[in-house]
Amino acid sequence: MSLVSIRDVRKSFGELEVLKGVSLEVAKGDVVAIIGRSGSGKSTLLRCINGLETYQAGSILADGIEVGGLHANLRELRRHVGMVFQQFNLFPHLTVAENVMLAQTVVNKTPKKEARDTAAEVLAKVGLSEKMDAWPSQLSGGQQQRVAIARSLAMRPKVLLCDEITSALDPELVNEVLRVVEQLAKEGMTLILVTHEMRFARDVGTNLVFMHHGKVHETGAPKEVFAAPKTPELQQFVAGTGH
Amino acid sequence: MLQFSFWDILSNLLIATQWTIVLSLIAFVCGGVVGLILLFMRVSGVTPLEWFTKGYIEFFQGTPLLMQLFLFFFGIALFGVEVSPWMAATLALTFWTSAFLTEIWRGCVDSIPKGQWEASSSLALTYIEQMRYVILPQASRIAVAPTVGFSVQVVKGTALASIIGFVELTKAGTMLNNATFRPFLVYSLVALIYFCLCYPLSWGAKKLEGRLNVAR
Amino acid sequence: MTYKLQFAELLPYWDVLLQGLIFTIILTLVSTAAGIAVGTAGASLRTFGPKWAGAIVTTYVELIRNTPFIVQLFFIFFGLPAAGVMLSETTAAFLAMTINLGAYSTEIIRAGIQAVPKGHVDAGVSLAMTKWEVLRHIILNQAFRKIYPALSSQIIIVMLGSAVVSQISAQDLTYAANFVASRNFRNFEVYLLAALAYLLLAMLTRSLLRGLGRVIFKAK
Repeated sequence: MSLVSIRDVRKSFGELEVLKGVSLEVAKGDVVAIIGRSGSGKSTLLRCINGLETYQAGSILADGIEVGGLHANLRELRRHVGMVFQQFNLFPHLTVAENVMLAQTVVNKTPKKEARDTAAEVLAKVGLSEKMDAWPSQLSGGQQQRVAIARSLAMRPKVLLCDEITSALDPELVNEVLRVVEQLAKEGMTLILVTHEMRFARDVGTNLVFMHHGKVHETGAPKEVFAAPKTPELQQFVAGTGH
Repeated sequence: MLQFSFWDILSNLLIATQWTIVLSLIAFVCGGVVGLILLFMRVSGVTPLEWFTKGYIEFFQGTPLLMQLFLFFFGIALFGVEVSPWMAATLALTFWTSAFLTEIWRGCVDSIPKGQWEASSSLALTYIEQMRYVILPQASRIAVAPTVGFSVQVVKGTALASIIGFVELTKAGTMLNNATFRPFLVYSLVALIYFCLCYPLSWGAKKLEGRLNVAR
Repeated sequence: MTYKLQFAELLPYWDVLLQGLIFTIILTLVSTAAGIAVGTAGASLRTFGPKWAGAIVTTYVELIRNTPFIVQLFFIFFGLPAAGVMLSETTAAFLAMTINLGAYSTEIIRAGIQAVPKGHVDAGVSLAMTKWEVLRHIILNQAFRKIYPALSSQIIIVMLGSAVVSQISAQDLTYAANFVASRNFRNFEVYLLAALAYLLLAMLTRSLLRGLGRVIFKAK
């Protein structure tokens, strides 16, 4: 059974239709890389999966929970679906450890000590053990983004959504973040990433999704799709990215 | 006729000043509590709640405080309840204060980046939890200076309670004036006492604002 | 609630209330104009005048901003005659409101002046403009554009504050409402009506000022 099941989802911002019937199945352990031009609807699709955006038609089931609808149990859903943002969005008034502990203690009612142990464990995983008591403003962009990943991991999500998580980083900081994500993929974490890192999509992804004009335009195994894109739009896109 | 010395006048005014301070504190604290509740409604994203708060703020910011005092004074009496000037003044000043504080604080909440809301909601925090743990701790830092600044308006606002018969500093001034016929002296002293209450607050607000700007 | 609201009993007094409303509008208009004039002079003096003049302006601004309007009004109406200055209630009301708005607008306009980049002043001087021409055409022009919204809000605050002048028997809307209440004892009804009139006036003033701002500061 699919972990995330997207069926014919449509979404408009006023007159502008950004998702024109998108369907996508993601199984446990999949690493789905979504690529496409800006404005193709890829970020919007990702944000629909954990209810940050609403959609007008179709259905999204994540871990068996219906995302849309009036009485969607978004709290339960978001406990199992983590998200990492382009701009990190760390809480500047909390230390690194407190950032990672917040949702555990508030949402899951985990005791402070246990939450801190978990924080230590996930921060070690992203290589920031020694930064536990630092403030976000003292960290580099790459370190901040790794904390943001740890913050999501602390909730033990079943799937992690990554929205262009390296786009706001200086080029020399991109790799430290990608290495963390690659490690997660190896450990079997289910990942859905919107990304501009084509090499990463090809090497780490298990599925590639090319979005174009609000639709899934082409999809398949990354290595095959990159080697021989079928549609002219993807050919053009791949050529344009200098891959 | 009784003779009032300068010290008699001053000591009587200072005694009444206590009530100005008490009324200011009550209005500010109660207004803050009501304002906080209204703030939760104002930024909740729930349309009927937002409309209600907008109307509330429009009314209390768009009508004279004096009218509000009259309305509470005579309005509550319609229900057959005995109204004291004290009760009407407390209620009117509380609601009036809450409207302004809500609007000030909303500006502070609005200045918190949208990403903070999104990150906390993607971590499964509820609206109340988001406000409590993520938004308000950040917004309150920005809010301190304008809130202290507004407290000056509250202290000055309490002067209007004199009109519905609450004996605080201004009312005491009027009474002493009637007894002594020394209006220049009495009202100079009244103004001076208000100045001593308000100026430190104005000064503090300015300093806090400056410190915040440096911190950025 | 056993009490029935009786708005019909206000009808016979419509002319009294209307006169009060008109007085409130005129009071606001005149003291707004005079208050902004005072504020402009005060802000200019404080920024460009001699030190002693700046100190006087600062004292004036802080004294007014840190005391209640009603006390300022009582001081002018009851206190000044003791010092030999007799004023009618209407004059006292105008004077008190002008002095009050003058202090607030001094502070607002001063902030606007400080926000004008120094380079603009240098540019004006290098174009052979006199000090006065620079002040009028370059500094104040820009300053007013910046602070117009803040000044507009202050005008509305002063308009609402004017309800207090009824306490020295200046015959404004609140005075008229007090009068009606003393005749028909429909206190709540008449004050509710007056409050709504003020609310309407505030909303109207706000949109008028916004429209006026668009005309004065044509999108440049």
